[in-house]
Amino acid sequence: MSVLVDKNTRVVVQGLTGHEGTFHAQQMIDYGTKVVAGVTPGKGGTEHLGVPVFNTVAEAVEKTGANAALAFVPPAFAADAILEDVDAGVPFVVSIAEGVPLLDMVRVVAALERSTTRLLGPNCPGIISPGQAKLGIMPGFIHQRGNVGVVSRSGTLTYEAVAQLTGLGIGQSTCVGIGGDPITGTNFLDIIGMFQDDPETHSIVMIGEIGGNAEEVAADFIKKNVTKPVVGFIAGQTAPPGRRMGHAGAIISGGQGTAKEKYAALRAAGIHIVESPAEIGATMARVLGRSSRSPA
Amino acid sequence: MNIHEYQAKAILAKFGVPVPRGEAVRTREDARAAAERLGTSVVVVKAQIHAGGRGKAGGVKIAHSPDEVGLIAERMLGGKLVTAQTGPEGRIVRRLLVEEGLDIQRELYLSLLVDRAARAPVLVASAAGGMEIEEVAKQRPEAIFREVIRPATGLQPFHARKLAFGLDLPPAPANRTLPLLESLYRAFLETDATLMEINPCVITGDGRLVALDAKVNFDDNALYRHPEFEQLRDFDEETPLEVEASKFKLNYIKLDGTIACMVNGAGLAMATMDIIKLTGGNPANFLDVGGDASEARVKNAFRILLSDPRVRAVFVNVFGGILRCDMLARGIVNSAKELGIRIPVVVRMEGTNVENGKEILLRSGLNFTVADGMKDGAEKVVALAGEAR
Repeated sequence: MSVLVDKNTRVVVQGLTGHEGTFHAQQMIDYGTKVVAGVTPGKGGTEHLGVPVFNTVAEAVEKTGANAALAFVPPAFAADAILEDVDAGVPFVVSIAEGVPLLDMVRVVAALERSTTRLLGPNCPGIISPGQAKLGIMPGFIHQRGNVGVVSRSGTLTYEAVAQLTGLGIGQSTCVGIGGDPITGTNFLDIIGMFQDDPETHSIVMIGEIGGNAEEVAADFIKKNVTKPVVGFIAGQTAPPGRRMGHAGAIISGGQGTAKEKYAALRAAGIHIVESPAEIGATMARVLGRSSRSPA
Repeated sequence: MNIHEYQAKAILAKFGVPVPRGEAVRTREDARAAAERLGTSVVVVKAQIHAGGRGKAGGVKIAHSPDEVGLIAERMLGGKLVTAQTGPEGRIVRRLLVEEGLDIQRELYLSLLVDRAARAPVLVASAAGGMEIEEVAKQRPEAIFREVIRPATGLQPFHARKLAFGLDLPPAPANRTLPLLESLYRAFLETDATLMEINPCVITGDGRLVALDAKVNFDDNALYRHPEFEQLRDFDEETPLEVEASKFKLNYIKLDGTIACMVNGAGLAMATMDIIKLTGGNPANFLDVGGDASEARVKNAFRILLSDPRVRAVFVNVFGGILRCDMLARGIVNSAKELGIRIPVVVRMEGTNVENGKEILLRSGLNFTVADGMKDGAEKVVALAGEAR
């Protein structure tokens, strides 16, 4: 098992025939992901990377039974792409796009709330269940199948943490990038709940950053509901207030959303906190060595 | 994107929000002339900088004649204004807003913003106008009126009624709440704002509601829909190196340390600053070169990092996913040759094509320090910058 995606996930790639879509879809296919359809309006009926291309998502779902979508479209068109997936009843959608207007996301999440679709992202690297499937842009080779669930607001910082784990021989069940924007489809809370319920996940790495209070909300949830050990890191301990640190959501505003507050919440929830980003893997190794539970 | 008060008021006025009559000026003569045109017995002179806390810092003055406005303008223009939000270095005042004085009966706080937790626009109001809302939230959280505006239905008359009764407004201003909120909400949506704050929103002696101050932030991600906002940008209010970086779509924020950082990805870039600090050094900047960094981008990034005179060493920390380490290494070597980099450069690379990348650095004949992991990289760069404790 794993969360959200596995070897049976059937993926439709929106923007398959574009430059980015082609590159990443090929990587996904090489990794073993079941890419069953592509969507490029006007190229319906053709084939690309050995995959049938359709004009609309609805048609792709109808003809191929796709149950997950991944969109490689520019940020200006990201909301439309997600709403098309919602309309087609796709249960799981990943949006990679960085730079989606905030008010577009306000409309999108309102539509998601009335649907059965779960959105991951935007502005995220995607999701990978090592050895099974990857829906996203992360380098597959740094991952190793195992029992640590990783959830993060960042892209490359997640790769860093995963590489540290793999380097120490600690594999991962699923690694999820929830995205660096102020409004995202899926939050820490959702993923951590899934990890708690997933028998293949034995422990959790949570990588947060400054801005908002999603880490605090997750910490409270962990305190009440999570029995598996959690290792937590927060990026942005040295970030100045009032400045957006690259990610649209990474900003300390009105004194709220500092790394200090988040660490305090994590600590209060019994999470094993890591102050140095170089020690994420080592901390997990120590936690697993100490844990009375079966090692990962 | 931030704009000045006078620009924010002009936008609000365009959508029908009542604002005081006034003019933005850049000279003493224009200030005096503007006061004469206003013709009111009381005139307010307000320094225009991209920072709050101006009132307490002496950036807002009241005058009773055009001559007095001229004198105040002369003292303010070109001077430095240090407020609680500018930091000790302050800001040079280059523009003033000269406005009519109003007969103020009460001051309210009013704002619309996109709330992260509600994932929707939220209307925030309080009877404690003129105070920072964060302060009110700390001292008297129950005094804050907060109403989520559902995007499917938008602003409704009941929102205005709840607000007016909640703040105990007299009948005349209460009746003017709905038109004001409708204008504000429309302005918010149509300009892709992330924040529109009216603090204070005043009730005048004749029962009007007027935006006495205004702060507007636009969503940078939506600026492509509003090309006209480009002309509202005031480069004087931005750090020169950040302006330069933005030309190359580099995400750069200047800090005050001595160790420059070049990183791919925002989270890793923040974490790199953090580990420099933990190791005893001080980061000179935040810089995300992006996942698709080309050689040219790497070179521009180096040029900008090195233009900061405080920088004593550079830490390149890259986790190659889409970005290939060999390409990055070539970019670093070429930059070092072309720019004649003389300070130590520590490179930590991991990920796609990392062996090729390291090979290129070592064979270049240039004096790079190749690090093994983030911790090793941070220790090496802090030592080379001479910052280790």
